[in-house]
Amino acid sequence: MDFSDSTEEAAFRAEVRTWINDNAPTYLAPFLAKSGFGNTITGDYDTLAEAKKWQKKKAEAGWACLQWPKAYGGRDASPIQSVIWSQEEGLYGKLSGTFIIGQGMCAPTMMAFAAEEQLARYIPKLASGEEVWCQLFSEPHGGSDLAGLRTKAEKDGDEWVINGQKIWTSGAQHSDYGILITRTDPEVAKHKGLTMFFLDMKSPGVDIRPIKQANGESGFNEVYFDNVRIPDSQRLGEVGQGWQVALTTLMNERLAIGGSIATGYPEIEALVTSLPLESGMAIDNPMVKSKLADWYCKAAGLRNTASRALTAISKGETPGPENSIGKLVAGGMMQDIAKFALDLQGLAGAIVDPEIAEGSARFQAMLLRSPAVRVEGGTDQILRNIISERVLGLPEDMRADKGLPFNKIPTGS
Amino acid sequence: MNFDFSDDEKMVRDEAARYLRDNCDRASLRSVLEGEAPYAKSVWKGLCDMGLPGTAIPETYGGAGAGYLTLCLVAEQVGKHLAAVPFSSSIYLGAEALLAYGTEDQKQEWLPKLASGESIATFADVETAQVLTPESISVSVQSGKLSGQKLIVPDGAIADVAIVLARSGPESLGLYLVNLKDDSVAISNVASVDPTRNTATVVFDQTPVVALSAGDGWQQVQNIYNRAAVMMAFEQLGGATAALDMAVAYAKERFAFGRPIGSFQALKHMMADMYVALKLAESNCYYAAWALSTDSDDLPLAAATARVSATQAFQLCSRDNIQVHGGMGFTWEFDCHLYYRRSNYLTLALGGLSVWEDKLVSSLPTPPTTKAA
Repeated sequence: MDFSDSTEEAAFRAEVRTWINDNAPTYLAPFLAKSGFGNTITGDYDTLAEAKKWQKKKAEAGWACLQWPKAYGGRDASPIQSVIWSQEEGLYGKLSGTFIIGQGMCAPTMMAFAAEEQLARYIPKLASGEEVWCQLFSEPHGGSDLAGLRTKAEKDGDEWVINGQKIWTSGAQHSDYGILITRTDPEVAKHKGLTMFFLDMKSPGVDIRPIKQANGESGFNEVYFDNVRIPDSQRLGEVGQGWQVALTTLMNERLAIGGSIATGYPEIEALVTSLPLESGMAIDNPMVKSKLADWYCKAAGLRNTASRALTAISKGETPGPENSIGKLVAGGMMQDIAKFALDLQGLAGAIVDPEIAEGSARFQAMLLRSPAVRVEGGTDQILRNIISERVLGLPEDMRADKGLPFNKIPTGS
Repeated sequence: MNFDFSDDEKMVRDEAARYLRDNCDRASLRSVLEGEAPYAKSVWKGLCDMGLPGTAIPETYGGAGAGYLTLCLVAEQVGKHLAAVPFSSSIYLGAEALLAYGTEDQKQEWLPKLASGESIATFADVETAQVLTPESISVSVQSGKLSGQKLIVPDGAIADVAIVLARSGPESLGLYLVNLKDDSVAISNVASVDPTRNTATVVFDQTPVVALSAGDGWQQVQNIYNRAAVMMAFEQLGGATAALDMAVAYAKERFAFGRPIGSFQALKHMMADMYVALKLAESNCYYAAWALSTDSDDLPLAAATARVSATQAFQLCSRDNIQVHGGMGFTWEFDCHLYYRRSNYLTLALGGLSVWEDKLVSSLPTPPTTKAA
């Protein structure tokens, strides 16, 4: 075992570090450092504009989407080089939030299914941040059961006509394009009647409305389609093959590598080492110690698991299934930590005003946002299904809709 | 970044795994469980014939000098097969105590015998039914003679030699090497939650001893425990893996309500949680193995982290393995209780979970402010 870089890796890291030192928007650093959980803080600077500016600068110097082919605006870099870049980009990587879905999920899907001239037209602008993409998958009736989606696409000449509704679409309000999964045949089994497209989000009939979330913020949207027309040339994959295309997208969901997934551990450690309780400092309380030790073990476990994934990547292998545990562990942990941190503060823990509450109300923000972590991108329950079925090899759950045509599946409504 | 074991290290692990799979059968374990044998002698002999107790003992002292990364992987296999052998007492504790604090003569005399398995060592500290503290030690040495009672000594009725924590003066503790075969030593088995591992009460009456290197005996014990905890955590990791494997295998073959019980989400999710605990522990154990093998400053924190996670994982996996098995899991006949017993015994070996949680927090790089506000 050896935690140091190889000679080539060290040289690459030095090159990255030099470029970042010379080019990063250092004026944003103090704000980005305060960016917590779920939002990017850029002070008086416009977040989207700054994000696009940094992305463009990276792209021009060949530091955008490192693993992509150079022809599409990438660098033809190895996976480990891409990881080293992320490690070195550090704080400034928070500016990339706007592009994650487009670059991490839409682009790989396009690369697998779009025509060559389409790739040449769209992918470099996705790399440079000039155009932002979103992913239109979830629906009010298709969440964990994604293949139960109802948004309809009907062929009309060389075009498709889309009607329906998507939900939980991140970044739809500033997206230029999106990939969209639709139902093209309701008379076959649900996975078989789906078809994937990409579309211009400025198309007539597309209506984007922000969702006011349970925590009062709005990071997601509903997207309505009213007779939106998409040319058949923008179909990704064959008609009826949408599920297979969607799996490509979902498999590319960014691995939480580098131990970067937020757990709340550093925050709770900082709190209990500075907070006095009646009996002394919080950290000297045996109950606090026990909980802190447990959370430290989980946070360290995720970090060390990430190191194992990096090792696999470094050797040119694919990380093992142990990597699937990250969000499941982190989501519940953050919720527990937030609840405990508030408990230690007594009634004052109820205050959400960042001017008054301890630590700019970060635990209160965690408390109110963390329920979503346990739902978005696969609920805790779906993740446990994935672990038990794909890793442990346990049998699939019995499905009431198995083999039924989509329009014969009970809906309860 | 290379956070993985080498091919050589894995090869030794695979040899140990193969040997234990073929020879560490349930009959050997159950004869110890039923009190027919104090430990699985043939399994121990087989491990010794392969030189495995000497894995990390330097070649100058008769060992293989293969290092701690390899030893950790061997420990994982010993734990996985619930081997009823004094591996941990003799190696993680006995040999480690001698390596760290033995005199050159003591090392030359005993380490080759521990490496070959010709002799078995153990470690004796606990005297009272409470968490081990310096104040709880009353066994003492006067004029080179040891007297008093050690309440529970792991493998006490098997070992030939013990490292004993004893009072060297009213305010000081030291470590002593004691021949347990001396006539002045009275050893009686004491029943524990895990009858597949020997535990004994040992009484010394004017027993001749020799001191290990002088020093603060209490601190020496902490240092030995920090190292032993890493290897013990690998045993626990192995046990947790085996308990989860057993649960998964049963859930696939057992039918109820016309379907395999492993298709019910209530059970699948339970086993997914077992897997999560196991993977967190595994990654923390790997890191601790690295810290142990490099004598890193990070060892106390890494060891405590591995120990707490592995304890949690083995306790969860052994407990819920019974749950997956339902009523059959509560029979003497099924092996579920053997994992449950072993997990709870290993939790308490080296001090319990709360002790290690405390050590973990005390080892954090930003130490707690204990001073009054």
